[in-house]
Amino acid sequence: MRVLGIETSCDETGVAVYDSKGGLLAHALHSQIEIHAEYGGVVPELASRDHVRKALPLIREVFHQAQISSESIDGVAYTAGPGLVGALLVGSAIGRSLAWAWQVPAVGVHHMEGHLLAPMLEADPPGFPFIAMLVSGGHTQLVKVDGIGRYQLLGESLDDAAGEAFDKTAKLLELPYPGGPELAKLAQDGDPKRYRFPRPMTDRPGLDFSFSGLKTFALNTQQAAKREEGDPLPRQTLADIARAFEDAVVDTLMIKCRRAVRQTGVKTLVMAGGVSANRRLRECIGEMMVKEDGRAYYPRPEFCTDNGAMIAYAGWQRLRAGQSEPLRFSANPRWKMESLEAV
Amino acid sequence: MRLELHDEAEQESFGARLAKRCRPPLTVYLEGNLGTGKTTLARGFIRALGFQGAVKSPTYTLLEPYELEGAACYHFDLYRLADPEELEYLGIQDLMDEKAILLVEWPDRGKGVLPPADLRIRLEYQETGRVLKLSSNSEKGEQLIKDLQRV
Repeated sequence: MRVLGIETSCDETGVAVYDSKGGLLAHALHSQIEIHAEYGGVVPELASRDHVRKALPLIREVFHQAQISSESIDGVAYTAGPGLVGALLVGSAIGRSLAWAWQVPAVGVHHMEGHLLAPMLEADPPGFPFIAMLVSGGHTQLVKVDGIGRYQLLGESLDDAAGEAFDKTAKLLELPYPGGPELAKLAQDGDPKRYRFPRPMTDRPGLDFSFSGLKTFALNTQQAAKREEGDPLPRQTLADIARAFEDAVVDTLMIKCRRAVRQTGVKTLVMAGGVSANRRLRECIGEMMVKEDGRAYYPRPEFCTDNGAMIAYAGWQRLRAGQSEPLRFSANPRWKMESLEAV
Repeated sequence: MRLELHDEAEQESFGARLAKRCRPPLTVYLEGNLGTGKTTLARGFIRALGFQGAVKSPTYTLLEPYELEGAACYHFDLYRLADPEELEYLGIQDLMDEKAILLVEWPDRGKGVLPPADLRIRLEYQETGRVLKLSSNSEKGEQLIKDLQRV
């Protein structure tokens, strides 16, 4: 079975083709590729989230990459939620309409299910059950994955996502936005002993996160330092603040992961999302999982962030189980992960 | 109107006090730098309207909708908007036609497309806590400030 996947839940337009025998045949993000003139004439500078003008040329591009035609597609999967309603409706309308035109089944996919199943696209996929920690600019979630459609949300951020805290703190330290990776780079030169930031919500039971306070703590630390050392601050002081901030986020994430592993007895941890590229976080989680006698998995970076491949894969799992949508489409911006059917 | 708010709890409770006096349709701009507590104030506001769950930052999603008894409330953060035109992709027109409360962080990024504010709240850093400045752009906003001053 060959499935076209379309992701348009937020900023990225992502398209992919997954084949149950051949695996992932092609995948592309609008931001990654140049759409050739033959696929749509002169391509203007498109606003982010302008999925309408990006999706069809991208589908043609993916077919071209995979050297296939629309006749070989057996089903269409599109992100139906959660996300921005306007963005979701574009992908849903296109996906459902193409499936109708091609006379194949269509299925709406839950965006987070896509992320949770993304590690299954790798050559050495984790076995069920596993704990997934999704850390990105938009999400910080710990989920227990028992199988396809069997997800238990263990904890999530109550305010800012971890990646958002990185980006905003970077901005406060006058690094360009989004500056998460630059902050991490600056932190490498920082003295870990100079400042100590709190580890929010680690001193009480539970697996929820709160990162908004760390941003404020960084701001207050910076203001106090400016009163002593002048404005602008010496680079070393900025690096010291960056280091203290990064240590606090990494430590907090590690403590909650460890708690989830111990609480559930599940020894496999999958870390995904843009923040999972952070070197110190990987080291810290890796060491912790070794001590816990378990193993940590990291999908490759392009499957950690929003993409069409995970939607094609999750859609395939649902379609082959016989699920499909009737001849209409809808978007569900607040779709609860727990309401998904098990396969 | 000018107010000093000393900590997060005071920011939330100001949000709650404001919410209790707000009737839709209403547009409130929340202005101020990163870390001045715009989302904290919004959290107090949305909770006071009866929302029980976590009020997450809308920075990434740009828009968090809250369907509440009596009123819908839309919490925007336009920080990541490159062009006000992008608001069209969020379906802003439909939301404006609804009788809803719009709470908008970083409203300057939506200039021209965003409806004008009834009430503008400006937050600024202070050595301890934050300073909050309120101004109105409509009769409705004017009335709200008068109500708040009475307390």
